Amino acid sequence: MFDAALYAIGALGAMTGRSPPILPGEAHGLVLDVDGQRLIDGVDLRLASPGVTVIMGPNGAGKSLLLRLLHGLIPPTAGRISWGGGPLSEAVRARQAMVFQRPVLLRRSVAANIDFVLKLRGKAAAERRDALLDHVGLVDHAALPARLLSGGEQQRLALARALAIGPEVLFLDEPTASLDPASMQRIEQIVGAAGRNGTKIVFVTHEQGQAKRLADDVVFLHRGRILEHTAADRFFDRPESEAARDYLAGRILL
Amino acid sequence: MHELGDAFAIAMALVVSADSDLLEIVGLSLRVSVSAMLVSCAVALPLGAVVAIARFPGRGAVIVVLNALMGLPPVVVGLLVYLMLSNAGPFGGLRLLYTPTAMIIAQTILITPIIAALSRQVIEDLHQEYAEQFRSLCVPAHTAMAALLWDARYSLLTVALAGFGRAVAEVGAVIIVGGNINHLTRVMTTAIALETSKGDLALALALGIVLLAIALLVNSGVMALRSTSARHAYV
Repeated sequence: MFDAALYAIGALGAMTGRSPPILPGEAHGLVLDVDGQRLIDGVDLRLASPGVTVIMGPNGAGKSLLLRLLHGLIPPTAGRISWGGGPLSEAVRARQAMVFQRPVLLRRSVAANIDFVLKLRGKAAAERRDALLDHVGLVDHAALPARLLSGGEQQRLALARALAIGPEVLFLDEPTASLDPASMQRIEQIVGAAGRNGTKIVFVTHEQGQAKRLADDVVFLHRGRILEHTAADRFFDRPESEAARDYLAGRILL
Repeated sequence: MHELGDAFAIAMALVVSADSDLLEIVGLSLRVSVSAMLVSCAVALPLGAVVAIARFPGRGAVIVVLNALMGLPPVVVGLLVYLMLSNAGPFGGLRLLYTPTAMIIAQTILITPIIAALSRQVIEDLHQEYAEQFRSLCVPAHTAMAALLWDARYSLLTVALAGFGRAVAEVGAVIIVGGNINHLTRVMTTAIALETSKGDLALALALGIVLLAIALLVNSGVMALRSTSARHAYV
């Protein structure tokens, strides 16, 4: 199912042949104020290499907001975001994709949800769409209305739709929250395959087990500030900040 | 009471026998109101979508005006269209007054704000759901608008049928610009008004029965559509 041949035909994975690459992504002094409250507080971050970066932190730490800022869905109050050394333009954003915690599916069939994105990118082809649906295990559901799928299936469809654009960076905002373990595992397999095939993954999760399985590096966010950005093994074995130690031990409640 | 019973019996006989005068009036009513609905949809659905999606100075005022125009009195619309199409009016040269076209124009003006205002609300609700995903996918505004119109199609069909219901049931505008001319501009509502004033209750009742049947059919259609689309999770 996660055959590299699917990537080879261009149906999945990061688009190749486009230059220059949009990595590294960098945030400098990123600030976000909402209604006078500082939700992101001077974040500096560099996403340089492919692989999976997991953003962790307690509720209200600003993880989802940081993801939206990096993807350009909301403008920062202050600070600067750049991708590939250039500004976060529409052209750059078109080479990124995002999967939300609650999948937003068009009121159409499963196949039509994929076709919409493929057509948008001028890549509409039944073969490509079928390969994507096969990749996420939904090829037998192609004709079904998307909203009749189960929660896990809907999230897999959202993931297939994101992969349909061939993103160089894929943001995932707690995509497995409230999914059963089997659905979670399926999503992790698909995300892992995309990461191994060159897509930069930025993944927000609360699940420590999931983070350990997926992460190459971990960004630990607390009260809108990055307290740690380090290799995953190091973060889980020897967290440097007291907040991270408390979080990993289940002692932080917000 | 006895007279009413007789009139009702004659009315039923007219309906059952598919009386030619009755059919002509019903046919013209449907032609005028369906045409008005189609023209209104062509204008009002894109208008509703633009107001729903676009952010521009004065948008709030546009929404208030659209909502207020939903309550346009038909006789006022009839009077305005009459003034436009009469010989002394700017479009008098077109000689459209007292023709079905004039009636279509009047009904179109009457129901366009209704369809635009209701479709704006439907599309805006859906847009709130889709907006962040569309922004993430860098969907251009015209593609977003087309997608919203398509995905809201079942709800918008209900809106269109509401406009049709308003058009087919109104009498004030069409009697002013159509003149209720026999075999030319006589529609169900104007005929009911005329026949009632003449005391010919049978034809008036027969037309009333047909009008009620159409209202019933339209509402049944709307309910069937909504339940079908809900069953398939398209709403």
